[in-house]
Amino acid sequence: MKKIAALALLLSLAVMVRAQEAKETLLFKQLPAVDVKLMNGERVNTSTFANDGKPIIIDFWATWCKPCIEELNTIHDLYPDWQKATGVKVITISVDDARTMTRVAPFVNGKGWTYESYVDPNGDFKRAMNVNMPPHTFVLNGKGEVIWQHVGFAEGNEEELYEVVKKVAAETK
Amino acid sequence: MKRVVPFAFLLFSSTLVTSLAGAQGLAGTPVHGNFQFDGQYYVPDSIIGAPNPPDEKFLNNAFANFNYESDNFLAGLRYESYLNPLLGFDPLYKGSGISYRYLTYRNDKLEVTAGNFYEQFGSGLTFRSYEERQLGVDNAMDGIRVRIKPVNGVYLKGLVGRQRNFWTLGEGILRGGDAELNFNEAFTSWNTKKTQLIIGGSFMSKYQSDQNPDYILPENVGCGGGRISLMNGGWTLSSEYSHKINDPSTINNYIYKDGNAFLVNLGYNQKGFAVLLSAKNIDNMSYRSERDATGNSLNINYLPALTKTHTYLLPAIYPYATQPNGEVAYQGEVFFNLKPNSPLGGQYGTDLTVNYSRATDIYKTNLNDSTGYTTSFFKPGDEVFFEDFNVEINHKWSKSLRTILTYVYLNYNKDVIEGRDGFGHVYSHSGILETIWKITSKKTLRTELQHLYTKQDQQSWAVVLAEYTISPKWSFAAFDEYNYGNTHTDLGGKYDQRIHYFTGTVAFTNNANRFSLGYGRQRAGIICVGGVCRNVPASSGLSVSITSSF
Repeated sequence: MKKIAALALLLSLAVMVRAQEAKETLLFKQLPAVDVKLMNGERVNTSTFANDGKPIIIDFWATWCKPCIEELNTIHDLYPDWQKATGVKVITISVDDARTMTRVAPFVNGKGWTYESYVDPNGDFKRAMNVNMPPHTFVLNGKGEVIWQHVGFAEGNEEELYEVVKKVAAETK
Repeated sequence: MKRVVPFAFLLFSSTLVTSLAGAQGLAGTPVHGNFQFDGQYYVPDSIIGAPNPPDEKFLNNAFANFNYESDNFLAGLRYESYLNPLLGFDPLYKGSGISYRYLTYRNDKLEVTAGNFYEQFGSGLTFRSYEERQLGVDNAMDGIRVRIKPVNGVYLKGLVGRQRNFWTLGEGILRGGDAELNFNEAFTSWNTKKTQLIIGGSFMSKYQSDQNPDYILPENVGCGGGRISLMNGGWTLSSEYSHKINDPSTINNYIYKDGNAFLVNLGYNQKGFAVLLSAKNIDNMSYRSERDATGNSLNINYLPALTKTHTYLLPAIYPYATQPNGEVAYQGEVFFNLKPNSPLGGQYGTDLTVNYSRATDIYKTNLNDSTGYTTSFFKPGDEVFFEDFNVEINHKWSKSLRTILTYVYLNYNKDVIEGRDGFGHVYSHSGILETIWKITSKKTLRTELQHLYTKQDQQSWAVVLAEYTISPKWSFAAFDEYNYGNTHTDLGGKYDQRIHYFTGTVAFTNNANRFSLGYGRQRAGIICVGGVCRNVPASSGLSVSITSSF
């Protein structure tokens, strides 16, 4: 029996290692159309998300999620450079519910973040994008196709994200 | 022998999942979904009072969602499996099956859903159906929902159905509707106004027949209210009020009294500075689709707690959840961003957050009739439920070093919050230093030093945590939660209660697939997400978690 377990472990690792290469694949031909809210309560349909044919990063986060805040802080330091080079736009979707939703606007402003920010208080967009837990990051190419996703954040992940964004930006030029 | 089988199965299934999802999903198809598996292998641990593992030593929770989407048509289902549920989850979850399925048709003006759905009216004081899978909370509706956008700026919703209660549906039938009007979208004269105004109103009715031989109970319980959201420049004001007719239930001890909930938030924001003030009054506002429902099940409405959600291990020992029978609460929070190269900001800038909240009982004058008591709006009682003062300073020292320094004072009314007797209040002070050191562009070391001081309850704790990540795939973490101040002994002095709760985890992430393995001790306590909590017993063992989106 133990041999079977060991075999399964080896097999798992082998497949996982093989699956490691991060490649862009077509995930969604277009974003699922769901209403989210601007921080002032105004409804916006996600099908209207656009960036003039340039890449978009969509980042699911919450005020109670520390890695999310780390990720958005890290990206924010690099955001001006990224924008200049690729024209990328970052859209943040807070999954804070009614309890902490009112903290989102002061939190974002208190941090001085310049992202396009929305709230998704009952998780409609989160469910449509199959997000388990934040942080969960997606990249959209110039055609509005979702071509990359990543769950979790550790320092350094922003480099992989930027590689994808650069590649996408170059393709659409 | 028996022990090995679940592992083999588990690893095999994880292989399947990671290989399936290795290509980042079902490329280009309109079918998407996600998957999560949490399993634990329990080992006996008499020192921490872990209940001896059941005959089966391995327990798991798992689910998978599959959704299909085209322009006008959506469909999906979720399969859940608890074989058997992890300790700390309600045993009523035991079993497997399709717990959620829906069909939706939509166009620009209309959306119709048949089957299961989640929905929220306003901030949820009247109605909210939602899921929090980590806590085992799921009060999904099963019925029909219609959403209509008749003209610009007007949003209507109507629904009828029953709520999920583990593997069955609650007895009560819910019928409700919500209307919202956005002035700036609806009226041309408001299009260009700087002031933004949104108003809304909602109503919900619950029908449950009266089978009680002793009482004449209201069979139709209505609940409804209004809300407003106003914005101008950096100022925001939002408020909601909800009123419920008398609704005798187990939670309110079968009193025939109306209930109400009121919530108001005032905020001021500018870049780099923000203030938020909130106040709340709750009176007899537990509203469930069965009179005898307790715990986290069959809630029709949602009463948000006005307290910060602490995520560090030690302050999270004492979390707060709204007391639905009566509560007056306030919260104030200030956010600063001290700019880089400013006198206080340092070279790379500093974030500062100060937060204070307090929740107390409502003032009650007891009556000798069926309504129980009278009270006045926003008049607090003498009993403090919870008080929290915390400061967080997030400072970047260099391109590779960032620290977060946190202080938390908590006054936790253990008797009220945990529904016990004879413990009184727990007053605690916590200090936490988190350091994030980016060693190279891919390698990061994160450490946490935490200390919680209290003379009550289990007394003082200390935590040392280290996490090493190799971006973007690997993470290794270990922490020791040490209850060093505990002078109690257990089982007639047999066990010293100064216990080390040591845990180590390894996690592997590939895009949207994550696999983690942990081994260690979990202290007994309360796990909360978004203000809803569940009790977990102490346990020891090996835990496995797999999540995947595709």
